[in-house]
Amino acid sequence: MKKDITKAGKAQLARTQKPSLDFGSAWEYAPSPESTDHVKLQAQYGLFIGGKWKAPKSKKYFATISPSTEQKLAEVADAGAADVDDAVKAARSAYDTYWKKMPGKERAKYIFRIARALQEKAREFAIVETMDGGKPIKESRDLDVPLAAAHFFYHGGWADKLDLAFHGRKVRPLGVAGQIIPWNFPLLMAAWKIAPALAGGNTVVLKPAETTPLSSLMLAQIIEEAELPPGVVNIVTGAGQTGAALASHKDVNKVAFTGSTEIGKLIQRNLAGSGKKLTLELGGKAANIVFADASIDQAVEGIINGIYFNQGHVCCAGSRLLVEESVHDLVVKKLRDRLSTLRVGDPLDKNTDVGAINSREQWERINELVAAGEAEGGERYTAPCKLPSKGFFIAPTFFTGVSMSSRIAREEIFGPVLSIMTFRTAEEAIEKANNTMYGLSAGVWTDKGAKIFWMAQRLKAGVIWGNTFNKFDPSSPFGGYKESGFGREGGRQGLSAYVEVL
Amino acid sequence: MDRLETHEDLGFASDLLIFSRENRSLACGNLRRVTVLFYTPVPVDQVAIEERVAALAKRSLKKQAKVQGLKLAISMMDLTTLEGKDTAGKVTALCTKAMHPLDSDNSIGPCAAICVYPNFVRIAKRALEGSSVHVASVATAFPSGQSPLPIKLEDTRRAVEFGADEIDMVIDRGAMLSGDYQKVFDEIAATKEACGPAHLKVILETGELGSYDVVRRASEIAIAAGGDFIKTSTGKIQPAATPAVTLVMLEVIRDHFYRTGKKIGMKPAGGVRTAKQALHYLVIVKETLGDAWLTPDLFRFGASALLNDVLMQLEKERTGAYQASEDFSKD
Repeated sequence: MKKDITKAGKAQLARTQKPSLDFGSAWEYAPSPESTDHVKLQAQYGLFIGGKWKAPKSKKYFATISPSTEQKLAEVADAGAADVDDAVKAARSAYDTYWKKMPGKERAKYIFRIARALQEKAREFAIVETMDGGKPIKESRDLDVPLAAAHFFYHGGWADKLDLAFHGRKVRPLGVAGQIIPWNFPLLMAAWKIAPALAGGNTVVLKPAETTPLSSLMLAQIIEEAELPPGVVNIVTGAGQTGAALASHKDVNKVAFTGSTEIGKLIQRNLAGSGKKLTLELGGKAANIVFADASIDQAVEGIINGIYFNQGHVCCAGSRLLVEESVHDLVVKKLRDRLSTLRVGDPLDKNTDVGAINSREQWERINELVAAGEAEGGERYTAPCKLPSKGFFIAPTFFTGVSMSSRIAREEIFGPVLSIMTFRTAEEAIEKANNTMYGLSAGVWTDKGAKIFWMAQRLKAGVIWGNTFNKFDPSSPFGGYKESGFGREGGRQGLSAYVEVL
Repeated sequence: MDRLETHEDLGFASDLLIFSRENRSLACGNLRRVTVLFYTPVPVDQVAIEERVAALAKRSLKKQAKVQGLKLAISMMDLTTLEGKDTAGKVTALCTKAMHPLDSDNSIGPCAAICVYPNFVRIAKRALEGSSVHVASVATAFPSGQSPLPIKLEDTRRAVEFGADEIDMVIDRGAMLSGDYQKVFDEIAATKEACGPAHLKVILETGELGSYDVVRRASEIAIAAGGDFIKTSTGKIQPAATPAVTLVMLEVIRDHFYRTGKKIGMKPAGGVRTAKQALHYLVIVKETLGDAWLTPDLFRFGASALLNDVLMQLEKERTGAYQASEDFSKD
């Protein structure tokens, strides 16, 4: 049947026939999986309380699986309220007996010891992090583990200089810190929480996320080997109820939570009037703003890094792309081609760029939001790649023609899904970027330095990156505005959350 | 009033406007057309470019991927000798090496071309007769380019006359850095004309250009003026080719392809000495421009020491053990 080609149809045809690059199979990279032979996981892990490994009083265990193979990796204790109580008691006793009396320079030695041990076992940690969480080995190897060690080194350095950290004012520790961390950067988040707490002279009860407990338990092994006084760091595993028991425990002086806004609000409500110190690092829906005068090719790299890094499981991910209308088509074309070169698959393969979604639950949530994006009229593009038959995988995806009111523009997807919108002027970019309940991070891409500062003064976000994205450093405070939480982690600002400034 | 127009023939859209005007030359009263280049430069972010190539250096290439990549690299080599002490003997030996890189294995090679001074084009042509190896000749007062244009053009014509299949010209870096883009453009265009059927590679000498922004601008001018290939360096200046500068140039090639569908070639030259470096470059090409550029028609290495290191790695993959450097002929 002969098709009637209208004028518009012709234009469409011309557009799609425009030269496009072929990222095919002329030269394939052979599989290059990291060997896991030397990683010895226990069949079952207890709770690390008072410097000892204990079976849970709850007598319950749960399995932690690899999201890329759906195979069980180990069984982990499910701590009940009584176990949490034991852990807090151990932390309190350690605080009173050893830690608060110990001079800062002695505490520092222990913190440095943890940092060095992390470096020594970096490879093992990276592999376990990848197996348990699904993130590409190159990310756990090059970012998670080295940065976790860097946080211990950095805070170890502060431990004997606390009196110099806050304009000469004296400080004292808070006591016992209850810390609940998410599954997207399990070891790194443990380091972000434990290192400043110890440096400030506090003792710790940490609860890792239920889907990624293994690297925290390995960290407990390191802490055991480092011979920290018993009870200074306690690790209790479990799900939401364990976290709730920890956050609401009467003898905890400080609660630090990183996770969803929903749970964060719940914790804050429960702590109201208790006098406990609280910091929350919650969700985000960051705007990555690309001006027409930016280095477009480098901005495209920044967009990729902003949203597809760690499968988009990043609270500060650049999940909303605001691109100046005059370069929208160019940026989208370049993004499409760049997506073709992203390698999705076995997280243990050293050439994998995008690994497995952390859990079936998260996989379902992302798919639901992608469907909502389509239903609400967004035009979807998904990278043409073959996904493994087992495990939870989602190919990198973006939406064009997204309206500011649609769900994929407002809700945190926490997956490899980007929503692309346009703006015409810098003022409009600011208005759209700030038009969200979140305010964790933002990115600005322009070759004009002054424009970056102009934007940064007006963006309501805790972290603003100029011509880069997702850069982290222990000395740089990280945290949010509005419903992205409050309090900072990293730098002196982060340290101040773990001490009372007198 | 000058007429401003987009010069579609050269394939530039908004960022490179070429405007032509009629200009009365007072001295002789003739009307002549002058082409002036104006453009909004596309900025290049140095930090991000270097980060990107560093990330691509981490690709892990094992077994058949490595072997295939190394064999591809050999087929893309312009074996080069550009010395004052070059002789017929040296050039002939190099030609033999280009045709048969490894005597014991005929599946390896041949190289893409050999690259010599104009004086040796005839000798090379004779030595390579019957093979697929091209003869590339440097020209245009290589390496400095500091001679009058007629001499540079004559240099080019002679090299082609002697039988060069490809001409590697140098741009006028002084003109580039002083902002006389018109001169740079005109010289390349004139050299292209002088090349006739020979392919033109335009050497930017990136080590003298000072920034990626200037490299990008020079690449655009070279392509607009008719270069078939753009090439980083003469090999006489440090730094020569780097992965980052190569990526900057590949991005210009990509943008040109997006606008026009035309494929321009790329040749990093100088400083690529090891198999590992060569694979890194190939990874950058593969992930920037895709399959179409993974061919000697569109990607070359200008190198002399590289071949033996690649051969050594190939032999290591084949036999499982490294051989002494003495096991490979040094031509």
